[in-house]
Amino acid sequence: MIREMSGGEQITGLPPLAIGPRWRGGRSAPLRRGERAWAVAFIAPYAAVFLAFAGYPLAVSLWIGSDPGLYRELFADRYYWLAAANTVLFAGIGVNLQMGLALLLSGFFLQRRWWIKPLLVVFVVPWFLATVQAFLSFHWMLIGEYGLIDGVLQQVFGIEGPNWFNYYWLALGGNIVAFAWKWLPLWTLILMAGRLAIPGEVYEAAAIDGAGGVRRFFHVTAPLVANLYLVCTLLATIWAVGDFATAYFVSNGTPQHMTEVIATLSFRYAFDDARPAFGIAAAISALPVLIPVALLLMRRLRKGGVQL
Amino acid sequence: MIVHDRWRRAAKTTGAAAVGLILLIWSLAPIYNMLMIALDPDEGEIEFDGNIFPPDPSLGGFQDALSQEARYLEEFWLQFGNSVLIGLAAAALTVLVASLAAFALSRLRRGRGTLLGNLGLLSYAVPASCLVIPLFGITHGYGLGDSRWAVIAAQVAFAAPFAVVILLQYARLIPLELDEAARLDGASAAQLYRHLYLPLMLPALAVVAGYALVIAWNDYVYQFVLLVSQRHTTVSMMQGQLFADTDAPWNAMMAAAIIYVLPPIAFFLVIARYVASNLARSGAAERTRIL
Repeated sequence: MIREMSGGEQITGLPPLAIGPRWRGGRSAPLRRGERAWAVAFIAPYAAVFLAFAGYPLAVSLWIGSDPGLYRELFADRYYWLAAANTVLFAGIGVNLQMGLALLLSGFFLQRRWWIKPLLVVFVVPWFLATVQAFLSFHWMLIGEYGLIDGVLQQVFGIEGPNWFNYYWLALGGNIVAFAWKWLPLWTLILMAGRLAIPGEVYEAAAIDGAGGVRRFFHVTAPLVANLYLVCTLLATIWAVGDFATAYFVSNGTPQHMTEVIATLSFRYAFDDARPAFGIAAAISALPVLIPVALLLMRRLRKGGVQL
Repeated sequence: MIVHDRWRRAAKTTGAAAVGLILLIWSLAPIYNMLMIALDPDEGEIEFDGNIFPPDPSLGGFQDALSQEARYLEEFWLQFGNSVLIGLAAAALTVLVASLAAFALSRLRRGRGTLLGNLGLLSYAVPASCLVIPLFGITHGYGLGDSRWAVIAAQVAFAAPFAVVILLQYARLIPLELDEAARLDGASAAQLYRHLYLPLMLPALAVVAGYALVIAWNDYVYQFVLLVSQRHTTVSMMQGQLFADTDAPWNAMMAAAIIYVLPPIAFFLVIARYVASNLARSGAAERTRIL
């Protein structure tokens, strides 16, 4: 997945994230005779593996999914609409929660305190943790009286905790929190890099003009990271809508398949019910939302000069 | 006035420390939970009910996992080996395929790079089901049914587009004058790639390798769909299928989970140092310093 992409340098070892005028082709290397053939030969393996294992499956999916009868049946399924609503809630709340917290934390982690750096290293660990195992741990934490959360509620606060997976809102909330837990470090690092790219002189000028912390944030930081924030939000939305692991491993659709999202429902149609065409149709039904978001993202990346 | 200032600073420090503590608990709680269950002395029947720390910590779970004595973990090292094979092969092939393509796009046919890169990235907007469900039949058609190579190729196809974008970005740090000088000396495109591009791109190649490795290490869906037989099962598949099984020996299962999550963390710590020191040397540190 694109998920494990860029972010901050030292700890993540990923490439720079620069804000500024976009580099434009300009001078071109002199193309020698014969280099065209080399170029084709060098691109061929990439093109071949991409077409064989991504392009062709997608084409097959679109072909299978082009039967309107599938969608008539799909839209008559009550579970489909429930999963669609869950996907909207999961992505809508999850993404904004992540991005809002990441924006606040990106400022928090730029403070000068001796413990900030070690804390940041710990904070980033969830992002490195293997997905299945991390969400498995979340599942067992929320499993009711057996789990860590209810254990803490009981032994520290004397409250009898619920079995989180018996209640729709608690199960859905568990998914959203687990999802935010996993991806918060990435967005925080990206926004930190974005803030660091703002030249110090801008802040000095603001300080000379007498702007305090709050005004500095709204009048200097916010406008300068706005584009980056939007790009990250769009990207996070694409991932959240397509996310399979959270709803599958944290709540596992409980109670009674009520917290399924489109991604898990499509998987269940295809493999539990052995109806692949139906599963593909469910997944394709998310495309009218995903494609515009992706196109908007591309445009933003081209226009705004944010480089990931 | 000065007293007032000191109070304000103390309040700020306390507030920051409180937030820091909350973040520490937030980040570590699920990891602590894994460790707590893994250290439980008894297997089976969810013996860890309601504990907030292991009452009688024991390394028995780790022992059972390592010696494959626990139920469901009889094949743990075989599964671990499959995960390692898939991860390393996907990483190596992604580096190869993406670096070849990125070299051609950034050094030979410059300007077309963005278009091709963007097209590949569009595939990330496609829900995984659209790729995975047909892939089961398609890989059978390729003669790769129940093959680890089918999973590896699928991971490479998925990792490569973004890998190319990373490499295109990093290649901007390498002056084109170097290429031109080498060309004047009569270097062919293959020699440019081998002797100039690859050595200079090493830090970025390490990043791409790590990125592809993590994708493969985190994968469940492709492995679950494309691999069938017992001897091709991976750790993710095994744990993903048993994750809600209350009968499983959870102390050993969590011990196995901890063993599984460690390699990427170690890899990242090593790679981060290496990349950071290389970036510092290449003078890019100014732009990329974050800590």
